[in-house]
Amino acid sequence: MEQFDDVIIDIQKLSFSRGDRAIYKNVDIQIPRGKITAIMGPSGTGKTTLLKLIGGQLRPESGSIFIDGKDIPRLGRRELFEMRARMGMLFQSGALFTDISVFENVAFPLRIHTDLSEEMIRDVVLMKLHAVGLRGARDLMPSELSGGMARRVALARAIALDPDIVMYDEPFTGQDPIAMGVLVNLIRRLNRALGHTSIIVSHDIQETLAIADYIYLISDSEVIARGTPEEMASESSQKVRQFIQGLPDGPVPFHFPAADYQADLLQDS
Amino acid sequence: MIELVARLGRTGLRKLEAFGLAGIILMQSLIARPAPTVMFPLVVKQIHFVGVLSLIIIVVSGLFIGMVLGLQGYTILVDYGSEQAVGQMVALSLVRELAPVVTALLFAGRAGSALTAEIGLMKATEQLSSLEMIGVDPLRRIIAPRFWAGFICLPVLATIFSLVGILGGAFVGIDWLGIYEGSFWSNMQNSVDFREDVLNGLIKAVVFGFVVTWIAVFQGYDCVPTSEGISEATTKTVVYASLSVLGLDFILTALMFGDI
Amino acid sequence: MRIRIMEIGVGAFLLAGIVALLMLALNVSGLKLMESNDTYRVYARFENIGGLTARSKVTMSGVLIGQVTDIRLDPEALQALVEMEISKDVDYLSIDSSASILTAGLLGEKYIGVVVGAEEEYLQDGDYFEDTQSALVLEDLIGKFLFNEVSE
Ligand SMILES: Nc1ncnc2c1ncn2[C@@H]1O[C@H](COP(=O)(O)OP(=O)(O)OP(=O)(O)O)[C@@H](O)[C@H]1O
Ligand SMILES: [Mg+2]
Repeated sequence: MEQFDDVIIDIQKLSFSRGDRAIYKNVDIQIPRGKITAIMGPSGTGKTTLLKLIGGQLRPESGSIFIDGKDIPRLGRRELFEMRARMGMLFQSGALFTDISVFENVAFPLRIHTDLSEEMIRDVVLMKLHAVGLRGARDLMPSELSGGMARRVALARAIALDPDIVMYDEPFTGQDPIAMGVLVNLIRRLNRALGHTSIIVSHDIQETLAIADYIYLISDSEVIARGTPEEMASESSQKVRQFIQGLPDGPVPFHFPAADYQADLLQDS
Repeated sequence: MIELVARLGRTGLRKLEAFGLAGIILMQSLIARPAPTVMFPLVVKQIHFVGVLSLIIIVVSGLFIGMVLGLQGYTILVDYGSEQAVGQMVALSLVRELAPVVTALLFAGRAGSALTAEIGLMKATEQLSSLEMIGVDPLRRIIAPRFWAGFICLPVLATIFSLVGILGGAFVGIDWLGIYEGSFWSNMQNSVDFREDVLNGLIKAVVFGFVVTWIAVFQGYDCVPTSEGISEATTKTVVYASLSVLGLDFILTALMFGDI
Repeated sequence: MRIRIMEIGVGAFLLAGIVALLMLALNVSGLKLMESNDTYRVYARFENIGGLTARSKVTMSGVLIGQVTDIRLDPEALQALVEMEISKDVDYLSIDSSASILTAGLLGEKYIGVVVGAEEEYLQDGDYFEDTQSALVLEDLIGKFLFNEVSE
């Protein structure tokens, strides 16, 4: 396990549960500054939850989440909001504001956090929309967008303020191969040119292996593997091989925790 | 037995917690004053949605209720030979009771349920979370303007309701049933007191606006973010808001007119 | 442009509310804006005011000329003291005018009827009606009627 020279997010002994189900048990995760870190794992293991914990929307039961030395769960309201101005988050569902146009959606964070003039805002918004290929869709309302388009607009909004940390929750889902390629390039370029720290949650193994600098594989409330893409590819552990090669049978459970299948079927209801 | 007590305690605690949350929402959104330049357009937009768009239903209901009052009042009062008192009866019942109460009930059904559904849907589609991540408090941005709008709109709507209702009553009484116009109005003017009746009715409307909006906003903010959750919350808004309006109306009436 | 239309709509809405309130105030509750300026006050003592209340009408020959503003008990005379506002236009109530408490219809509301006397001098602000007639109380009437029957 390597140590990074410069850690921006340092998660220590994190525990979190939903009801009786533990989502995380004493997990340690470090996110290196200025790199692309991927979080992977089976559906329902808590990847989105992890991003929400980092954003301070959920509070862990125990453990700390340090961003630049500040412990997120213990920040006051104002400090937390200041911290969030440095983060951009692409929600899994896009979460565009449905009552304002695409343009206004992307302009929103700029209007909140900057005093830029109207022309400057316009330039920035068009730049960001151009980057995701949707400059022409600026006057549409979110309800007029397709799922993939909405996600790209949401991405443009997440990076509108050029935040230090960008969290992408499944940016590639619902994109055609061309858009996918563009997005992969965009994320890489933002990261290399502007030095963003990026956290990507994704199931698209090939794309993720291609752009990530470091990968965490999460399953069963813990980190089951961590390393660079090369290390992951050559990992011998069965769990990792199963996930990376997408095999249905193996030690990683495909099923949500449940009673034995046969017993369940035979049980009289 | 112990199980029962425990369950009762749990329910009680949960209700208390919900009430606390409602209080926090209220405080946060009333104290929260984003720059007026930000707040003003948001409030205007909400007044448009909950006020201007409710106008038609308010005017139509007011008109018909006023006309019915005129008709009913006439048939009762004509037996005592005091049909001039129709104006007084219509005006007093509208201004004191019917305008604030019926407006509040219609408002709960039309605007309150829409508020709940809108906020609930924003929660379900993660728009509220997304606001939080952008560093904006949804209470200030989403809840507060809706609050102020409800607060402003209900008295305005109730006043319009009163006026339209009285005009409807006058139409039926004077033009249709042939009550002498002068005594219709002078009777009304003699018995309706501005401070005692009109202002008290207005105060009722303000209180109802406050309560209905509070309930609607809270139900939306607190709902389970699924389709069933939202529909349940919408129903709750209408039921709770209507019951609160009727209950509060009794209390307010007792306080305002009870000691005469 | 859509925004502008919306703002105009909201402005009109609020304006409609204010206008409605004004109309309620002026036409429905009969609130006079400059109330005390164009009226003067006169007083009258009555043995019994019956159901007279503040804001009851004061009329002359059935025409409204003012309203009752206050009713007190005069502790010295042990009578009801009624204060009323009379419109300034009606400045020709002679000092020997009489004020009586009348009833509109059999069970209707009470009001004050003024009948002008013959003197050349007129009532001024703060003057008293010398000649007053109390309300007819139905029970008293019935009582008297019965008493007369019995004594005959
Ligand atoms: N609001 C909630 N209330 C209760 N349980 C929840 C809630 N949100 C998520 N969960 C549970 O938490 C677990 C983790 O959810 P999360 O959304 O983090 O999964 P995920 O790893 O992002 O999955 P996916 O890849 O499908 O998006 C899930 O098993 C889910 O059942
Ligand atoms: Mg997820």
